[in-house]
Amino acid sequence: MSFVNYYHLSKTPAPVKHKRKMGASELIWKIVQYVSLTFFSLFAVVPIVSCVITAFKTNEEYESTNVMTLPRSFLNFENFSKAFITAGMGRAFLNSVLVMVCVLIISVIIGTQLAFVLSRFKFRGNKLIRELFMIATLLPAVAMQVTVYNIMSSLGLVNHLYGYILMMCGTDVISIYIFIQFIENIPISIDESAIIDGASYWTIYWKLILPLLKPAIVTSCILKGVGVYNEYYCANLYLMDKDLHTMATSLYTFVGPMGSQYNLICAGVIISLLPALVVFIFCQKQIYAGIAEGAVKE
Amino acid sequence: MSSDYIKLFKSKKGQQNLIIFLFTIIPLLLLFVFTYLPFAEMVKFSFMKLKYTTPVENRQFVGLKNYVDVFSRDDCFSALKLSLYYVVGALIQLAIALYLATVLSFKVKLGNMFKGFMFFPFLISGIAIGFIFKFFYTRGFVFDTILCWCGFDLENLPYWLKDQSINNWSLVATSVWRYFGQNMVLFLGAIMSIDPALYESAALDGANRWDQFLHIILPGIKPVLTLNLILSITGSLSAFEQPFVITGGANGTGTYFVIMNTIAHTTQKVGLASAMAIVLLVIIMVCTAFQRFVMNQMFPSDELIIKRAKKRAELENGNSLASKLYMRFNRR
Repeated sequence: MSFVNYYHLSKTPAPVKHKRKMGASELIWKIVQYVSLTFFSLFAVVPIVSCVITAFKTNEEYESTNVMTLPRSFLNFENFSKAFITAGMGRAFLNSVLVMVCVLIISVIIGTQLAFVLSRFKFRGNKLIRELFMIATLLPAVAMQVTVYNIMSSLGLVNHLYGYILMMCGTDVISIYIFIQFIENIPISIDESAIIDGASYWTIYWKLILPLLKPAIVTSCILKGVGVYNEYYCANLYLMDKDLHTMATSLYTFVGPMGSQYNLICAGVIISLLPALVVFIFCQKQIYAGIAEGAVKE
Repeated sequence: MSSDYIKLFKSKKGQQNLIIFLFTIIPLLLLFVFTYLPFAEMVKFSFMKLKYTTPVENRQFVGLKNYVDVFSRDDCFSALKLSLYYVVGALIQLAIALYLATVLSFKVKLGNMFKGFMFFPFLISGIAIGFIFKFFYTRGFVFDTILCWCGFDLENLPYWLKDQSINNWSLVATSVWRYFGQNMVLFLGAIMSIDPALYESAALDGANRWDQFLHIILPGIKPVLTLNLILSITGSLSAFEQPFVITGGANGTGTYFVIMNTIAHTTQKVGLASAMAIVLLVIIMVCTAFQRFVMNQMFPSDELIIKRAKKRAELENGNSLASKLYMRFNRR
């Protein structure tokens, strides 16, 4: 191992550092740079931090102190456990995970299959199918729910996790684009040589294309996973039973009579965003890459 | 490609058809059931008067009445005016994102930490954002406290979510808060894909940061930037989440979709809501067609360039060169 490393180092010239004296304009630029970065970081973080502060306050503390005063103890987890129980977040978390896993598996399978067929075969309707999916991205989800609701209830899919899962798979388009883009960059000569070796198209998809698609699958799973985990509008519309609440909709418990108990609500909010935070910390690079790639779909 | 290959492909024709059928049927079915069927229903409903609970035989056909209502009621079409707030917000957001992406593209200490902080709001669910900002803007709470620290007097501060002269700006600010980090990451990705050699030669020519921004970065990310500028218009027309989760559309913050949502699911005027949806869809379609036109004019894609080249080649040399070009494109 070390041999390889040394070799690598010796081949790469160290970047030449221009040690210049820092001029006045350079200094001002540096200051502006860090001041603005700090300002916008605070802008992004303060609303969340204020929630964290409040979540650790007891009722009496919450009523008697200013919201930005630090709590007496950051070890007061009472609100968290109370919020967790009142909103049924244990069950909600399991539901969210179940929905997410199912949606991801299904949409990866059907997405990669569709992308494989669309990018490898010339057949009548190929362009039409692409256009159909393209146009579907233009229809705003909220507007569609006006009538999707009707269809869901006549199919008996309302108030069932599988109905919601099916709907979430059906409205997935972005990952199909990511897959198509990716497959089109895999040289077709790979397919050709496999065919000469007697492979069937199924084998080509399963043994060749799918493993090569791994980075694209990771990207789409992250984008889709964040979307599904945070989805609350349809979940609220189609999963009314408390047992079926997802992590996002479990927060609806706090609407109404508990609407001003912000120490409890903040605790609930913080619990709901913890999983996202953990995933973010561990998969930062992939998430950033996913955002950059997902955006170029057009 | 030799003729052997073609024979090989041909002998597999049956298998190919089977796999095309098997691999497209489920996604197409889902697309049909959850997108095109509802769309067709929506067109149908927009000419009817009905509630979700109305049995099929009692649905009344009312002709164009719903469409007339969309334009004549004070609460429907006029709600599109609120989109202007969101357009302004989107422009500010793009400017901030572009600035921060540029700053972060140079070497910055703790750059990754700043980036993470600014991006994280994008990963929070809409409903949680609703609670966070109801709390944030409550009288005497977080925002007011911070402004008091800065020397403002609480007496002079407005009610951020109730005062009609300011509440839409408050909501737009949350939208900026949520998306500026995502935009920044997107621009940063585009900036990073610019050839670094350009910076080096620019530095040799004595270009300063501003020159680099103007002559390297800006042209380098122009497609992404233009696309996002145009997308922000359609995005603003369909603004929904922030008012829906924070104010529920109260006190004059109801955007077009928030009002449509109330009409559909609370008052259950499904016909009117469908007509509203169709009207906005038409507007969005027009905007998107315009967007595609602009993008194709400004930044023709490889495909388009090859198509044009192919056409030119066909005119000049007959088909042989064209097919060569075409094949080269397809093998990429």
